[in-house]
Amino acid sequence: MKSAIPPIQRVNDFVVKFANVNGSGSASANLLFAKSVLRMGVPVAPRNIFPSNIQGLPTWFEVRVNEAGWRGRRGGVDLMVAMNPQTWDQDLKEIEPGGYLFYDSTKALPASKFRDDITVIGMPLTEICNREYSDPRQRQLFKNIIYVGALSALLEIEPEAIAELIGELYKGKEALLKPNVQAMSMGRTYALNNLDCPLGIRVTRANAVGERIFIEGNSAAALGCVYGGATVAAWYPITPSSSLAEAFARHCKRFRTDPATGKARYAIVQAEDELASIGIVIGAGWNGARAFTCTSGPGISLMQEFIGLAYFAEIPAVLFDIQRGSPSTGMPTRTQQADIVSCAYASHGDTKHVLIFPEDPKEAFEFAALSFDLADRLQTPIFVMMDLDIGMQDWLCEPLVWDDARRLDRGKVMGYDDLEQGREFGRYLDVDGDGVTYRTYPGTHPKRGAFFTRGTTKDSYARYTEDGPTYVDNMQRLLRKFETAKTYVPKPVRRNAAQPTRFGAIYFGSTGPAMEETLVGLAGQGIHLDTLRIRAFPFHDEIADFIADHEQVFVIEQNRDAQMRMLLSNELAIDAAKLLPVLHYDGTPITARFIQREIGEKLAMFNVTPLRKVAP
Amino acid sequence: MTYIAKPKLHHPELPKNKLGFTHRDYEGTVSTLCAGCGHDSISAAIIQAFFELEIPPHRVAKLSGIGCSSKTPTYFLGNSHGFNSVHGRMPSVLTGANLANRDLIYLGVSGDGDSASIGLGQFAHSMRRGVNMVYIVENNGVYGLTKGQFSATADKGSKAKRGGVNNEEAIDLVMLALQLGASYVARGFSGDKEQLVPLIRAAIAHQGAAFIDVLSPCVAFNNHPGSTKSYDFVREHNEAVNRLDFMPARTEITTEYAPGTLREVVQHDGSVLRLRKLHAEYDPSDKIVAMDYLQQRAAAGEIVTGLLYLQPDADDLHRRLNTVDVPLSQLAESELVPGARALDKFNASLR
Repeated sequence: MKSAIPPIQRVNDFVVKFANVNGSGSASANLLFAKSVLRMGVPVAPRNIFPSNIQGLPTWFEVRVNEAGWRGRRGGVDLMVAMNPQTWDQDLKEIEPGGYLFYDSTKALPASKFRDDITVIGMPLTEICNREYSDPRQRQLFKNIIYVGALSALLEIEPEAIAELIGELYKGKEALLKPNVQAMSMGRTYALNNLDCPLGIRVTRANAVGERIFIEGNSAAALGCVYGGATVAAWYPITPSSSLAEAFARHCKRFRTDPATGKARYAIVQAEDELASIGIVIGAGWNGARAFTCTSGPGISLMQEFIGLAYFAEIPAVLFDIQRGSPSTGMPTRTQQADIVSCAYASHGDTKHVLIFPEDPKEAFEFAALSFDLADRLQTPIFVMMDLDIGMQDWLCEPLVWDDARRLDRGKVMGYDDLEQGREFGRYLDVDGDGVTYRTYPGTHPKRGAFFTRGTTKDSYARYTEDGPTYVDNMQRLLRKFETAKTYVPKPVRRNAAQPTRFGAIYFGSTGPAMEETLVGLAGQGIHLDTLRIRAFPFHDEIADFIADHEQVFVIEQNRDAQMRMLLSNELAIDAAKLLPVLHYDGTPITARFIQREIGEKLAMFNVTPLRKVAP
Repeated sequence: MTYIAKPKLHHPELPKNKLGFTHRDYEGTVSTLCAGCGHDSISAAIIQAFFELEIPPHRVAKLSGIGCSSKTPTYFLGNSHGFNSVHGRMPSVLTGANLANRDLIYLGVSGDGDSASIGLGQFAHSMRRGVNMVYIVENNGVYGLTKGQFSATADKGSKAKRGGVNNEEAIDLVMLALQLGASYVARGFSGDKEQLVPLIRAAIAHQGAAFIDVLSPCVAFNNHPGSTKSYDFVREHNEAVNRLDFMPARTEITTEYAPGTLREVVQHDGSVLRLRKLHAEYDPSDKIVAMDYLQQRAAAGEIVTGLLYLQPDADDLHRRLNTVDVPLSQLAESELVPGARALDKFNASLR
């Protein structure tokens, strides 16, 4: 079916969305599609949009193909591969005017089921599969590969790139390799012979990927734990964090198996719940190992009491919070940044915790490794604040790097020799004035250095006391320590606009990629913004300076209550009116289109005239 | 309780063990529990067991939860690191500590509220995980620190000090530990130190999850007529199935026993447990028979004590995880960090 309006014509810059049924094997075929574009040197940003379900519910896979390398979600769809009758109407609506629809035409559909402003491409996939295969499972799985083959013809993807990927996927499994390549060729041949190839949207070979790698944030973070020297992991399965623990097991098997004995230089416990997970981490941290847990919002809620203990008794611990749609069970397979406040002030009483915010898998790797140094240095829980978008999606990012000269920072620990030489030891004695005190590991010295760790109040020598002034002194020292933390956590990243501006924008985490794209879009409209990407709490002084430097500052975040804005106004004593919230929290990743529109509208209220007119 | 600080001076001729430590080196600060509290007797038994086994105090880590029982680690092994964690969660903290350093001895001290009420889940999972530890529950059936509420081990029908009757079923931690795979299970009574000390010594030598339920009357809130955890009640209903003599590895055995009354079990570390049978039919190596016997005696209103179950060749969490022999906390950086070249290869696999 031809489109009533001119079809979209774009090379290396379009969005393909696959609408599938969960559990039908579509995710791996769709990832194969995305990777084949990468192999042609064209960057992609894929997003698996999946339900909390194993089989039967609708699932989508979105691939943003763009040579410019924008990694955020764009919004809108240029080509819909509609394989799920359940969501047909909704899927059709999402197609941009002039876009394309690819569907299974085995069963005829009434004209009312289509739109006249799009190009419709029908291919009798079920009929082809039924003819070629007798096994129902094969019919299902190969259907996915057949449409990937057809798309290669429609979008001019090199079939060699796909064949190469299938070869790598099924290396050593000839029985699977051949039929997959055949199915792909079958789809491609059919499309070449029967469909109008290529479409107005196409891929051409480019050289825009370079050395970059394609990796999920959870896998990168797990590898960061290996490089950070973590030896103990305790976790309880919860989407979207489970794959971090599973990746840690995989990486450890590869990198941490003693070559001589085959024994493990790590211990992973799938605990009975999140309380036990954090308890194990605290026990291991107390005893000198580097330990972490990974969880999501509900898990953080369950860990509250223990987090307070680790804060007050000053025990190193690392927690990965892969944030998801909240509150309660919320949207477990959707993304959000809605645990900021609950982590920053986790537990009862006066507590404050160190949070770090990676923006992509590369930073997830770096911050994961760093988090163990921070935990040991500051002797406190460290929260690595990721989200589903970073954790569970494949991202194209710069290669991971490691400096072999780097050493693990174990912080202030007194060893046998210190104690033997009679160095004074008080577990909570602030000898350096930075609020960070010396600790000893259990088992260090037969007569010196032992102390009793407790959640109750204590004096500098870890002796139980309920004396008011001693309690206050200790609480004040913990504040000093939090101040010290500022010098160790990652600094914010400030970027000034090409021209002086009264307006600034603050953002963090997975909003980063969409924000970069937004700035280019806004600059195109003549709107200039200075930006600051927050990478840690406690807030570095530069953050207060940045806010002071601007009349109004947008704070862009993915939650309802503007939690980062709340934290900024609270901690930096800033008039909240100065901070303008831009909030996106429907569970989908924030897009440049959204931010640009929101900021544009808000600026209009301040009567900001763009320096030049928007192109029609 | 006393307000007097413990003097540091002690008699110059106090007996020393082979390491040169006296009994005093295994003590802690003065107890702040009530005079006559069963828990203090257990602390004394722990001190004696470690002194006799000649274990350097700093090679022990003592962990507890919250409650009267969980306060006691301050009163023994003052030269050991201690950790008074959160209510009902000692098992997870101990598990983590054990994973970090498999070379230390882990002593978990808990109470009936801590282990059977709020911490039942963690108790259960640490047993089934086979954490190499000595887990002692100082069981008095009552919450002491909050002044006399029933705990989950209080027997159905038993009376509180102020007259209230417990209408809920009691949780028997010994039966649970057996079912959940603890490889050393015993029950003792704080009023019988002669029985308790060998049980603790053998548990320390045991390489696996060792659990000892110690009935430990609460003099302030649960020592009255109508209580089934009072000194009088436990004394009257205590049925010891055996008497244990524990001999560390390579001890020469000299005593003679009448044939048929003695059973010897050798543990992993070479230590020998000599059991003098008090009940001819009781066999602590057969879990099913043991559980059956315990249920029968419990139904008859008896409190069975002694070494109830032992699996001498027990497995433990480290063996199941196949961890290296060196404690994980002591691995060198070169054994932990794969380095830049390995990372380059990893990157290459992601293109």
